[in-house]
Amino acid sequence: MPEFQRFSYDVLVIGAGGAGLRAAIEASAHGARVGVVCKSVLGKAHTVMAEGGIAAALSNVDDRDSWRVHFSDTMRGGQYLNNWRMAELHAKEAPECVRELEAWGALFDRTPDGRILQRNFGGHRYPRLAHVGDRTGLEMIRTLQDHGIHTGMEVHMECTVLRLLLDEGRIAGACGFDRAKGRFYLWEAKAVVLATGGTGRVYKVTSNSGENTGDGLALAYSAGAELLDMEFVQFHPTGMVWPISVRGILVTEGVRGEGGVLRNSEGRRFMFDDIPDLYKEQTADNEEEGWRYTQGDKSARRPPELLTRDHVARCIRREVKAGRGSPHGGVYLDIAWIKKRLPKAEEHIKRKLPSMYHQFKQLADLDITKEPMEVGPTTHYMMGGVRVDGDSQMSTVPGLFAAGEAAAGLHGANRLGGNSLSDLLVFGRRAGRYAADFASSHAAAKIDEGELQAAAAASLAVFDRGPAGENPYQVQYDLQEAMQDLVGIVRMENEMQHALDELGKLRQRAERAGVAGNREYNNGWQTAIDAGNLLLVAEAITRAALLRQESRGAQFREDFPAKDAEWGKYNIIISRGADGGMRVEKRAITPLPSELKAVIEEMK
Amino acid sequence: MGTEATFRIWRGDPAGGVLQDYTTQVEEGMVVLDAVHHIQAQQAPDLAVRWNCKAGKCGSCSAEINGVPRLMCMTRLSNLNLNAPVIIEPMHTFPSIRDLVTDVSWNFRAKKTIKPFKPRPADAPDGTWRIQQADVERVQEFRKCIECFLCQDVCHVLREHRKHDEFIGPRLLVYTAALEMHPLDTEDRISDLRHVHNAGYCNITTCCRQVCPESITITENAIIPLKERVVDRYFDPMKRLFHIL
Repeated sequence: MPEFQRFSYDVLVIGAGGAGLRAAIEASAHGARVGVVCKSVLGKAHTVMAEGGIAAALSNVDDRDSWRVHFSDTMRGGQYLNNWRMAELHAKEAPECVRELEAWGALFDRTPDGRILQRNFGGHRYPRLAHVGDRTGLEMIRTLQDHGIHTGMEVHMECTVLRLLLDEGRIAGACGFDRAKGRFYLWEAKAVVLATGGTGRVYKVTSNSGENTGDGLALAYSAGAELLDMEFVQFHPTGMVWPISVRGILVTEGVRGEGGVLRNSEGRRFMFDDIPDLYKEQTADNEEEGWRYTQGDKSARRPPELLTRDHVARCIRREVKAGRGSPHGGVYLDIAWIKKRLPKAEEHIKRKLPSMYHQFKQLADLDITKEPMEVGPTTHYMMGGVRVDGDSQMSTVPGLFAAGEAAAGLHGANRLGGNSLSDLLVFGRRAGRYAADFASSHAAAKIDEGELQAAAAASLAVFDRGPAGENPYQVQYDLQEAMQDLVGIVRMENEMQHALDELGKLRQRAERAGVAGNREYNNGWQTAIDAGNLLLVAEAITRAALLRQESRGAQFREDFPAKDAEWGKYNIIISRGADGGMRVEKRAITPLPSELKAVIEEMK
Repeated sequence: MGTEATFRIWRGDPAGGVLQDYTTQVEEGMVVLDAVHHIQAQQAPDLAVRWNCKAGKCGSCSAEINGVPRLMCMTRLSNLNLNAPVIIEPMHTFPSIRDLVTDVSWNFRAKKTIKPFKPRPADAPDGTWRIQQADVERVQEFRKCIECFLCQDVCHVLREHRKHDEFIGPRLLVYTAALEMHPLDTEDRISDLRHVHNAGYCNITTCCRQVCPESITITENAIIPLKERVVDRYFDPMKRLFHIL
């Protein structure tokens, strides 16, 4: 029987990106003993990749901004499927969270009078994103990490969580193993915060880090929690398309925010050709006005390149399908053209977009100050996730909380750029606080030793099958291929039915997976476990997408291309049925309270 | 391209190991990490490699490629000689875990010994500060660090002389510089720099600066100014003279 190393905490945080670290800091501040388990080395989580900025209505650049405008922008972006309470709290608390970060040492770019500078971004009415060049996520995670290590949290790096443990329906902790040695761990905890991030690795082309395999969603689902909005996967319009090996790496929206334009192979700015009615009034109808907007002219409306991500992604796909794409199957994103407008444009681009300059120079031999980039859609963000209470972030399992990308609700059918970093801070903080409260008002839960042993034994079965079993890497590749082809940007009933068949076959193969070698730092073992989580998430995405017979936000159904007002009244909930199968149901959205309805009306 | 290439990869654990050859298909635009992934998926499923973002931003996949410390995800095959085997080894400065993976936890313990950020009181009644962009830009360079620890790997004070207990290495000197030059910071780390973190051990060979994937001018912009601050406080002959007088 495998031995377990045992640790005991008030609050266990799983995940150490922005949300996890913010939750851990907050729980510590509330007197909780905090353990943090992370899949990678501390400070390497996917938050480092965030480029654009943190959306918060600080009103430093445009004093017309306020939480009310931010709230309505977020709701409009989410096509009103959002958890309105989360959207409200997010808009109200984001400015405070940004200032808190500054007090812990984060250094943002400044306005001429020395305040935090804010930039324009898709879907935000006013310049709202606090940023540091194009590496805001790195600044954020490093600030939280360097502040956090002095707050008493105990960090377990490079660990895999196998299972959440329950005691009569309430959370009792988690168990897993450390990658370096393959030793089993038990982390007892009165409350658990899931901050495991996204699920981008379900798809072949993604901007997401290797660790984003939806672990938290799979853990929560298996523990009986409900998942919400799983059909809404955001495809970012601009990922690299060439060379093949870097396909999917993000090209920040900041490029378009600084004046970058999208053109097809005929040189046409095709985004002007299709501006949705919902955004007509806020969008420039000529190139001149769009340019003035990017240069800070408050009387100008935004260029259509800065429409919501789902729309821009579909327009790019349309151009490529119509044969007007670039040589490697994308379109052109051109920032070099601004030299016609700005003196010293080259230096300006390097200063405003240093990582982008670096990334293209190094990975594609391309100088973005001289030539246009080739870009195309890439899987970027999961709007869906663990269904939580808007105030406390607690899931439907008592004592189990979720925050950040692993949680759902704030973004509804589509997330606005910049709202994810603020999400991590606002709801990381809330989850940490409420988890600490929960821990202080509950006694320690009991650990089911049988469950522990079962979890360990199940995870070791791959070694019994050894190299003769299915190759877990191949299972993962085939899953990504299938989801990319069948449940991607444009979806069809028959293709998704086919995807469910494929997923069934892949599950059988995953169950036969075998791993060579021993338990010490075995990527094959890790991949086999990841594949199980990915399969679960992929099925949830597919089933939710099948049920929602309409196109809204990030979900586009070719067989139901219109938005359906009736569907606007429902969210889709996924949970484990009594028979062990996946249950999918629609659930009516709680109507907006009149004061929030009034805010939305006022901002229309 | 579209040809085959051979990769000579170190396989082993703390007890020892060997370089083993793997030949795999390579295509245009590939980076070293792609080749390692191919080998892992097709030939050596238990090959240990640490990676995460595969975009040069997380700093996980540090290794020594043909003897040069680099990120595997940012090293293009087209910049290597593929007529000879490409040698991939783990970083030498840190203890081996397995294959290409090393134990970098020392960096995190050492960081904790550096006094944290301590801001001056807020400038405005609403609790916020006023900072000029020029002051932000002065430290921006240091804050680009992705903690890949390649600079620690190449630093001979750590690599050859194993002074991990006495010297914090270039990465953490950059971290200290970022704090010391932070426009809001009021903490004093100069005594620690001299007595605990031994900035004096660095003899500015610039090896660290040469391998930094973020092109941080580690030696000239971070370490030398810190050394100057130490010298200013402890070794200024004029100040000594004043003390004697």
